[in-house]
Amino acid sequence: MRAASPLNTPSASHEETACAGPDANERFNTSALYESMVRLRLCEKRCHDLFLENLVKGTSHLALGQEAIAAGFAGSMRPDDYTFCTYRGHHHTLARGASMKSVLGELMGRECGLLGGKGGSMHLTSVQHGVMGSYAIVGAHLPIAVGAAWSAQYRGTGQVAVAFFGDGTTNIGAFHEALNLAAVWKLPVVFVCENNLYMEYTAIRDVTAVANPAADRASAYGLKRRLVDGNDVEAVATIAAEALAEARSGAGPALIECLTYRHGGHSRADPAKYRPAAEVQAWLLRDPLVLYRQRLLDRGIEESALQSIDAAAAHEVEVASEEARSSPAAAVELAFRDLWADGSIEWRT
Amino acid sequence: MANLSYRDAVSAAIAQEMARDNRVVLLGEDVAAAGGVFKATVGLFEQFGPTRVRDTPISELAILGAAMGAAMTGLRPVVEIMFSDFLACCWDYVANEIPKTRYMTNGQQTLPLVIRTANGGGVRFGAQHSQSVENWAMAIPGLKVVAPSCASDAKGLLAAAIRDPDPVLFFEHKALYSTKEDVPDGEHVEPLGRARVLKRGKDATIAALAAMVPRAVEAATLLERDYAISTSVIDLRCLVPLDMTTVTADVRRTGRLFTVEENPRLCGWGAEVASLVMEECFFDLEQPVIRITSPHIPLPAADQLEDAVLPSVQKIVDTVSRAMAPAHRAA
Repeated sequence: MRAASPLNTPSASHEETACAGPDANERFNTSALYESMVRLRLCEKRCHDLFLENLVKGTSHLALGQEAIAAGFAGSMRPDDYTFCTYRGHHHTLARGASMKSVLGELMGRECGLLGGKGGSMHLTSVQHGVMGSYAIVGAHLPIAVGAAWSAQYRGTGQVAVAFFGDGTTNIGAFHEALNLAAVWKLPVVFVCENNLYMEYTAIRDVTAVANPAADRASAYGLKRRLVDGNDVEAVATIAAEALAEARSGAGPALIECLTYRHGGHSRADPAKYRPAAEVQAWLLRDPLVLYRQRLLDRGIEESALQSIDAAAAHEVEVASEEARSSPAAAVELAFRDLWADGSIEWRT
Repeated sequence: MANLSYRDAVSAAIAQEMARDNRVVLLGEDVAAAGGVFKATVGLFEQFGPTRVRDTPISELAILGAAMGAAMTGLRPVVEIMFSDFLACCWDYVANEIPKTRYMTNGQQTLPLVIRTANGGGVRFGAQHSQSVENWAMAIPGLKVVAPSCASDAKGLLAAAIRDPDPVLFFEHKALYSTKEDVPDGEHVEPLGRARVLKRGKDATIAALAAMVPRAVEAATLLERDYAISTSVIDLRCLVPLDMTTVTADVRRTGRLFTVEENPRLCGWGAEVASLVMEECFFDLEQPVIRITSPHIPLPAADQLEDAVLPSVQKIVDTVSRAMAPAHRAA
């Protein structure tokens, strides 16, 4: 077993944590942040259960353990801001407001699915909620978010595009091209690295020239170094609000590295045995949901208030899951539609 | 009518559409003040200014990614990838992202964008700046593929591509940029997906694309003069949508089809056209369909080497006349 390095210990993740002062209950919509994280957690767990029942096919990449990033950002974004996420995107899609039924339905290939079963787990998209797509090719969506930001700048709408990606993305060329162009054109785009310390099955530190794969590269694009505890939802919400406001004001892009940890493997195929047990244990103690629950209790929030949020989320998952399960299978006709804007798939006369 | 070069027709089409629709924006390497390395965007920066005509870094991923993000949020970007060979640098967007978005999202998103690129050989640039890669694009569901052979179509088809609601890969041929012809004045739009019959003959049909079209036309004249072989010449103009109606109608009449393709042999567009003709016109055929292509090699740079491998007028004449010799003997 590999000894845990400073990078891989949770203590390294406190570099720029926002302080939770006594007025924190007023500064943050605490119950909304907590509720969002509980919903994401329970829905992701249900995804996992549905795999085990063989109702979700193919693959899936769960965000268990990374909920604070989705909740913190979504809580700070304007409804018309754009989210671009990766194949690990269930949490962002839900956090922006897509219903659990539409997400679970998509995973199960149901008619009620967000994409009518044509996209699946890795491509969740809900334009009406600002979720402009989940992208399954590492790094692809960073330039696309740049384009959406360019469009927002051109149209003068004040919208901001937010691209979420993993630590592994920082080593692919699209990362560099997107960051450079966004900085040169001063575009309203926020790049958010969810550094969960592993690019698929390999420790990111073993394949990266710098310790903090996103933050340490910010200076290359003339951007401020931003590193935050990605398991502290208020810290995330704080830095998100700051970066979004800057981007909206015309100050240009931001690059934020959120340190976090996935509770499970890269995908359903991965038992994640490459991670040292002590490291896993240390991070599980810093479960973002457990941490936040305790913080709220310490601040005097009633246990019963949190319990009722927990119960409501559990009920929502149960109902959504049952409704999605009983929704008809996506119609086969959909496979032969909508390649082109006219709805057809014709390529010849 | 104005006598325009193919390159000026390209910029005229973009200007026409930018003036008509302020959602149309242009970006690419050296497209703004420099007017493009092939001078196909001259004057646009001066006319429409820096917010609508933008230079990018040498970042093909960022260029196509930005076009895609802009297209899904209300703009109609026209982007230039300087040489079609460079599409390989941003192939993820060409193959995985742009064409699949509408389908994968079950119609939630459409991407009205045009990727313009300088394609093809004959200008001695060597193997990495001369390829004819329209077949790469044709193999991908979700892309419209256009390749004009003349200035008039460069304007009309590009205008249609910009108005099209779907992604279009628009291949401009490097060897044609300086060719000139009369282009209709005023608004000029040629619908996508319609081949053009340039000459109607009775013995054989020759289907060609882009720079092979003028060669096919010249070959047809020589075949008539020297061999008394009367051929139709069809300019396909678009590979997707593919106008098979026009091709099969003519082949049913002539009974013979020759394709003239600049691309290397394997999986050229002619293979698909030949396959469809076999399926749909088999009993009308007098002889097998014959494909005239470049050999299956990278393109060499030197004059005599490149000329030896690209389908020439003489090669078309020789191939058609030899293939039809038995038919003439029988007659």
